[in-house]
Amino acid sequence: MYVELNNVSKNFGHFQAVRNVSFGLEKGVLGALLGPSGSGKTTILRMIAGLENPDSGDIFLDQLRVNDIEPSRRGLGFVFQNYALFRYMTVFDNIAFGLKTQKVPRDQIRQRVEELTALIGMEGLESRYPAQLSGGQRQRVAFARALAPNPRILLLDEPFAAIDAKVRRELRSWLRGMISQLKITSIFVTHDQAEAIEVADQIIVANLGRVEQAGTPLELYRSPATPFVARFLGDSTVIGDYRVLAGFENAPEGAECAIRPEFIRIYDLQEPIQYENSVEDGEVVSLAFRGDSIETGVNVRGFVLTAFRSLEKRPLAVGQKVKVLIYRLYAFDREQALLIGNNRLDDVADGYRIGI
Amino acid sequence: MSAATTGSKAVFEAAALEATSLAAGGPAATVLKTPAAPLFSRPRPNRPAYMDEGRLLRRGLIAASFLFVFVAIILPLAAVLSRAFGHGWGPFWAAATDLFTVRALKLTLLTTVSAVAANTLFGLAAAWALTRFNFRGQGLLITLIDLPFAVSPVIAGLIFILTFGRLGWLHPLLTAWDVKIVFATPGLVLATIFVTLPFVARELIPVLAARGADEEQAAALMGAGFFRVFFEVTLPHIRWALLYSVILCAARAMGEFGAVSVVSGHLRGKTITLPLHIEILYNEHKITEPFAVAAILVFSSLLILLARNIVETVAKKERYLDVR
Ligand SMILES: Nc1ncnc2c1ncn2[C@@H]1O[C@H](COP(=O)(O)OP(=O)(O)OP(=O)(O)O)[C@@H](O)[C@H]1O
Ligand SMILES: [Mg+2]
Repeated sequence: MYVELNNVSKNFGHFQAVRNVSFGLEKGVLGALLGPSGSGKTTILRMIAGLENPDSGDIFLDQLRVNDIEPSRRGLGFVFQNYALFRYMTVFDNIAFGLKTQKVPRDQIRQRVEELTALIGMEGLESRYPAQLSGGQRQRVAFARALAPNPRILLLDEPFAAIDAKVRRELRSWLRGMISQLKITSIFVTHDQAEAIEVADQIIVANLGRVEQAGTPLELYRSPATPFVARFLGDSTVIGDYRVLAGFENAPEGAECAIRPEFIRIYDLQEPIQYENSVEDGEVVSLAFRGDSIETGVNVRGFVLTAFRSLEKRPLAVGQKVKVLIYRLYAFDREQALLIGNNRLDDVADGYRIGI
Repeated sequence: MSAATTGSKAVFEAAALEATSLAAGGPAATVLKTPAAPLFSRPRPNRPAYMDEGRLLRRGLIAASFLFVFVAIILPLAAVLSRAFGHGWGPFWAAATDLFTVRALKLTLLTTVSAVAANTLFGLAAAWALTRFNFRGQGLLITLIDLPFAVSPVIAGLIFILTFGRLGWLHPLLTAWDVKIVFATPGLVLATIFVTLPFVARELIPVLAARGADEEQAAALMGAGFFRVFFEVTLPHIRWALLYSVILCAARAMGEFGAVSVVSGHLRGKTITLPLHIEILYNEHKITEPFAVAAILVFSSLLILLARNIVETVAKKERYLDVR
């Protein structure tokens, strides 16, 4: 592992911001640290950078324990949440700063800065000040500034948070491209699951200061280890006793389950239903146009499930009675996660163990 | 504040001296205003007609303000100047170049420069520590920084007498080392430092706090040492606030009367600063001299005000560099 955290904890006073966090990233990988606000993402990132000291646990970078190594000697580039560009320095001086502190000769600095301004597509703007740049441009300057001293590892704290939605998409793929091109091991923090799934090779899901699960986006999506992960990646509805649902009466017991939109099919009452006795009665409670489909909320036994309904199908109205088929669901008990299919569909009642 | 600054030893032409000390020191309250908010250059709000019901009231208030400023500040200042130059340029010049006046001026400059230098260093260190580190006693330190604003300057002077004076608990040590503090220049400097201590720290704390430590951390992460971080990242941001507070601090130091009067001992030509010199001349029933020296103080105050306004203007022009 190129970046490795081993049982790292951090308290602020009596508050446990990070608890026994362990994960690893291979060299050249782009990892996303994903979690809701306050889950400890920034704190974890700052501990890797050395801006915060862990109370316990070890941090390894390239096999070397760095807990006691000064931040500036860890060979990291850091992009701050609000960029923290030096506002009284021009773009050129911002990018050159890390090289100047390393006493790199002037002409080499100039060369490197030119190289980087070309890389971020900002030639000709070197003499501007940060205040004279757009949000996206600032973000790219922050990126170039962090890259200038050739760090081994790049850390980015919510690099797209301060940018509006449209530009954010562009910047995302730009950054993804840059990082794959430079092959630099990177970790970025985000609370946006779509962003993590789209950009990252590896996702580390944090919640309440713990790591819930780490893996590739596909692994996390297909086999969430905890209800939290299931809920956080992809829209799923988490419900308690799932054995009341038609087709799941004989399913193994579990504490709760998560149902993804793609696990659900909605029939209006005129439509022929293949598996008559495996459907539930439901009522449409909300409709939202999503461009390629209609996000439909249906009330089934008091739970509001979310499903996507094709635009090809007959339109539904709020309040309309419908039939709902649940193909499968993720069930969780204390130790494991199970993918359970509707037993009237395929007669497989056991479910099979996934994840962990 | 006027009672404390003016002192109570002699029967003064209260208004005239009040004006001098006002211009020189300025009341403490104005200091807390940041240079970012000049009073007179706000854009005039475009008010809808229905809001103009209070027009009469508004005009009345504005007129009253001007009248008050005129009576309380302009008139007394004019009185000082007319007395100073009432008998022409000659007597004024004679008083201004008098040996004791020149010595008082030199001593005033010396105490002002020393006090400002000390408080600038202290203010920078305290503001930095308070906004960049978490430590025990943070609240206490802030309160202590404010203390000189709350304590009468006369008390401040007495504190030094009680510490270093003949009955003071440090006196034996001082005599053993042959160091003179009270009734000598060090005492004047100490008293002035005490009175003007809050200015720089008070001005810098909000600026540093509002800005956060991100840029400094970014610089440190890229291998910049303390001095590089301070001079290249922090100082450009606080330089105008710093200069502004230094100017106000200097103004206050120059006009300080109460604390200095207590520790001075009134040794003519030795421990007499300009404000003390004015008092002595006045008590000697001189006609032109006290006002001539007062005029010098007024002129320096005007210069300082001018400097302050220039700093404010320049600082405002540079605010376009502020991100967000
Ligand atoms: N310096 C600090 N002092 C006290 N508590 C802190 C400090 N820094 C962070 N915390 C607390 O630790 C927890 C985790 O904070 P952190 O900044 O790591 O969250 P985050 O996951 O980055 O959240 P966000 O997405 O909102 O940025 C929060 O509850 C926060 O209040
Ligand atoms: Mg954060």
